[in-house]
Amino acid sequence: MPEKPRFFRATAVVLRHSDWGEADRLLTLYTREQGKLRALGKGLRKMRSRKAGHLEPFTHVTMQLARGRDLAIITQVETLNAYLPLRDDLRRTVQAAYVVELLDRFTYEEEGGNPAVFNLLTETLTRIAGDDDPWLVLRYYETRLLEWMGFRPQLVRCANCSREILPEDQFFSPTRGGVICLRCGIGLPGLWKINVDALKYLRHFQRSSYAEAARANPPVEIRKEIEALLQAHITYLLERELNTPGFIRKIQPGS
Amino acid sequence: MLLPEPIQNLITALERLPGIGPKSASRLAFYLLRAPEEISTQLAEALTALKSQTALCPECFNIMLAGRERCEICESAAREEAIICVVEEPLDVIALERVGVYKGKYHVLHGVLSPIEGIGPDDLKIRPLLARVAQGAAKEIILATNPSMEGDATALYLRQQLLPFGVHLTRLARGLPVGGDLEYADQNTLLRALSGRQEMN
Repeated sequence: MPEKPRFFRATAVVLRHSDWGEADRLLTLYTREQGKLRALGKGLRKMRSRKAGHLEPFTHVTMQLARGRDLAIITQVETLNAYLPLRDDLRRTVQAAYVVELLDRFTYEEEGGNPAVFNLLTETLTRIAGDDDPWLVLRYYETRLLEWMGFRPQLVRCANCSREILPEDQFFSPTRGGVICLRCGIGLPGLWKINVDALKYLRHFQRSSYAEAARANPPVEIRKEIEALLQAHITYLLERELNTPGFIRKIQPGS
Repeated sequence: MLLPEPIQNLITALERLPGIGPKSASRLAFYLLRAPEEISTQLAEALTALKSQTALCPECFNIMLAGRERCEICESAAREEAIICVVEEPLDVIALERVGVYKGKYHVLHGVLSPIEGIGPDDLKIRPLLARVAQGAAKEIILATNPSMEGDATALYLRQQLLPFGVHLTRLARGLPVGGDLEYADQNTLLRALSGRQEMN
């Protein structure tokens, strides 16, 4: 096996940061080349750091790293896209935080790069920074991410008996990762009702490009249903509540 | 090797401190063992006093001597009631005080909002700030949280909460640091430095 080079380059999005030592920060990055990677940013908390401004969460950057004893150290960094609108609007900040948290929870270090997931991430951040329908951007992201992570929900056949699903209201099982037909649904625990329209939109997201999916404009009740279903499925897969949805509830005015 | 219990206890206690591993902990413990007794007594006294003789000011939540009603800044008559500077940590107050220009009062949040870590408004001293502003003495609120994603999110949330009170809201300016270098500046900083440029004539 060839020896790993001492220096390497990466294109990355900063997922999160935490304080490390006196003035450093530990960064969690999602790189196009090697997937998730943790790296050390030396002196990032100093006022005069030349790198700090480029390494805020959600920034899309190109960087040079040096392999350290266990953590890689960032030596140079330049912003490709700072997604400035994400920082000026609380709604956008929180949605970007959700996108990033989801990816962070689903991925592990050293599992290798996945350019498709990387593109999905940067495209989603661009959409949140723009004026796209936020609900649609996030649901499309969730469906795609589940697909790439190998958790594509089964929406065409019953997740229990494999019979084809008929176009009527059905059940959805977060634990079985798919739709359950009416016949199997009797007596199974933890089932959600799924409206046939919600099912149609979910299937549409699963097989369409974003441009096609973006033409959908489901009514409010269907939106809520789809969001809750995906959320339940994701929470089951991650075996833990996500932080950002709870945060969103806490900052909602009037709550 | 088995260490006598008092030494082992000290090592275990020191190891809990941030940045101190088992080696540094034993080195410190043995240093104290050999050093004159007054060094360890002073340390012990300082440590006990740390918790028992400090408290949070009930008005601005800065750290103050225990037993006081309010902190020195809140009680000072020379300080303007009309301006409140909102900061993340007590150390930020010290940094701002070192400049010596600010003559208003403070409010310490003790943290920042973080969607990813799940730190919400109720984990910080935000409600007391709203109560303070509701009393009506404050005319201007300076949002002095750090210029980071979390600091900005906190400022945006406070803006949303404080707007209904009709107070004047300001945010610390962002721009190029002294001794900085344009070549290395990020888009965000440069953009704000440009839009906040100062007249020179």
